[in-house]
Amino acid sequence: MKIHEYQAKQLMAERGIPVPRGVVATTVDQAVAAVRPLIEETGNKVVVVKSQIHAGGRGKGRFKEHPDLGGVNVVTDGIDGGIAAAEDKVRELATKMLGSTLVTIQTGEAGKTVNTLYIEQGIDIADELYLSVLLDRATSRNIVMSSSEGGTEIEEVAANTPEKILKEEIDPAHGLLGFQASRMAHGLGLEGDAHRNGVKFIQTLARVAVELDTDLVEINPLVVTTDGKVMALDGKMSFEANALYRHSDVAGMRDVSEEDPAEATANEHGLSFIKLDGTIGCMVNGAGLAMATMDIIKHVGGEPANFLDVGGGATAEKITEAFKIITADPNVKGIFVNIFGGIMKCDTIAEGVVEAVNEVGLEVPLVVRLEGTNVELGKQIIDESGLNVVSAQDMKDGAQKIVGLAS
Amino acid sequence: MSILVNAGTKVLVQGLGRTGRFHTDMAIAYGTQMVAAVHPSKAGTVEHFAGETDHSGVPGRGDTYELDLPIFRSVTEAKDATGADASVVYVPPPFAADAIMEAAEAGMELVICITEGIPVADMVKAKRYLDDRGTRLVGPNCPGVITPEECKIGIMPGYIHTAGRVGVVSRSGTLTYEAVYQLTTIGLGQTTAVGIGGDPVNGTNFVDVLKLFNDDPVTEGVIMIGEIGGTAEEEAAAWIAENMTKPVAGFIAGTTAPPGKRMGHAGAIISGGMGTADAKIDALREADVTIAPTPSDLGAAMVEAMG
Repeated sequence: MKIHEYQAKQLMAERGIPVPRGVVATTVDQAVAAVRPLIEETGNKVVVVKSQIHAGGRGKGRFKEHPDLGGVNVVTDGIDGGIAAAEDKVRELATKMLGSTLVTIQTGEAGKTVNTLYIEQGIDIADELYLSVLLDRATSRNIVMSSSEGGTEIEEVAANTPEKILKEEIDPAHGLLGFQASRMAHGLGLEGDAHRNGVKFIQTLARVAVELDTDLVEINPLVVTTDGKVMALDGKMSFEANALYRHSDVAGMRDVSEEDPAEATANEHGLSFIKLDGTIGCMVNGAGLAMATMDIIKHVGGEPANFLDVGGGATAEKITEAFKIITADPNVKGIFVNIFGGIMKCDTIAEGVVEAVNEVGLEVPLVVRLEGTNVELGKQIIDESGLNVVSAQDMKDGAQKIVGLAS
Repeated sequence: MSILVNAGTKVLVQGLGRTGRFHTDMAIAYGTQMVAAVHPSKAGTVEHFAGETDHSGVPGRGDTYELDLPIFRSVTEAKDATGADASVVYVPPPFAADAIMEAAEAGMELVICITEGIPVADMVKAKRYLDDRGTRLVGPNCPGVITPEECKIGIMPGYIHTAGRVGVVSRSGTLTYEAVYQLTTIGLGQTTAVGIGGDPVNGTNFVDVLKLFNDDPVTEGVIMIGEIGGTAEEEAAAWIAENMTKPVAGFIAGTTAPPGKRMGHAGAIISGGMGTADAKIDALREADVTIAPTPSDLGAAMVEAMG
């Protein structure tokens, strides 16, 4: 689960990790009202207006409605014009940004509506670094990863200058040790106060990441200020869904408006669903088989419209919901049901499919492939239903049939 | 011969909820030697199982079975009393890692964890705990391990399996069934089928299982089924190129999976351009693995690889 930058910074601040001071705004007036206290309390006349969406690349992103405007804007009007000038500029920016659609390299062409702004104090930056905590699957350990190339995507650093990436392993029994954090801070070129603050930052972040069951924490950039402070200028956090049950504060930060509505509905019904751009809707049991079903559709010349795993214990109700989600996609020109019934019996699936079609209706071709437990009974139920359903011998046969029928 | 489990394997079960009870019943019907259950509050009682024998399993049994499975307070007590050498874990996600560590502490040689949805941090800790002990963990989030007609541990349907010549190792449950079913249909059968699970942190990886199959005198060839995410398939390819003396056929799921999305399994995600299906397929081809273009071609690919 992803959260917004301002939420990640709130979680960090609560746990003693230095972040710039900021105020959340969902209206223009709130944004303007944030300016005076920020400037007065920090003594810094610069404020930054940042769009809050669940996607990276906000700074370089552009608004559909205002093609010249980026997603993150530094307001320097306060330096010469005082607080009133800064307020005027923030009012102008917030008016344009709130409710508009931000398109970044990660949002796709459709972009995302900006409903929330984060107004943050300006920072006098001496150096920009990169810091993250993530799972290293090869060793089954969490690692802290850093680089002196702040502000650059880590994939880019890994491709061009891999020697600039530093890694330290977090021992599950001992956590990240002091000397490891110190070694990393030295490797990043931190000296004196900055080194001391950097060690504390790295060690605290490593501990918080593990405590909160994060998938990924990425601070890019991590900044060193001109007076030797170390601070998270940006902050991205995502959380492992399986562990959310023990973090109710984090679970409460979920923003459903940032999720694909079909995917959110599917999740509510215990279905694993991911929307794609093709025309063949897929309903499958098992994640591996569901992926392979998408692959085989492509292999025989079609394009899958979705990934959908109904899971091991699918009921008629679940299958009906799955059908509703698939048929709600106007791109879908055909549906392929691919089931290998192990524990799940084919007759249960067949009954579910018949029930779902009777309830939801069927305006596109449907191919059903059933194999496994009670397969004959399942096929009989489909055949006797009087529905316009095509049976398939195996998964390849089914894929060929549905792609043929849908084109 | 076979790997990991055979007719002599004595199994205890941790977690006797609805799922655990159902699959324990299926295992007994198959002929698996279930010897004990562990349940802290039901200890001292027995769980009664009875039903019709699954004749696709261990041969030579009557048509019905009846068994009173003794329940113990802890894995150590159950092991001491029954001589169990493998444990299967059906404990719910929040407590499953603890159950795995308890089994390791008790000195179980083999722990097979079926549970899906264990927090990654719990598994990181459990793996660290297992490092210092001699326990092999298979899973979590896997269908289990079966040596056909000898021992079935897990949630796979028994009747699609036949004792035979090919080993199967896979990250996906239903794709394992596809492969097994084709091997049965074409008459090759299976020595052992091992589900290593779809989680990013698991106990046993492809290389571990490939080594076992390579050393098993009965296994003549191996089908390995991978998917996007991580680098376990690339590591397997490197090991195969150096060490494998038997033909390997393979399939990798997720060629069409979009980057950055978790495809059902917690471990099935392409991140930062790493873990793509194409990279895995290339690595396996380099190691002379016969790649099946679709799961429907797995049996044929195995036949081709075996010459």
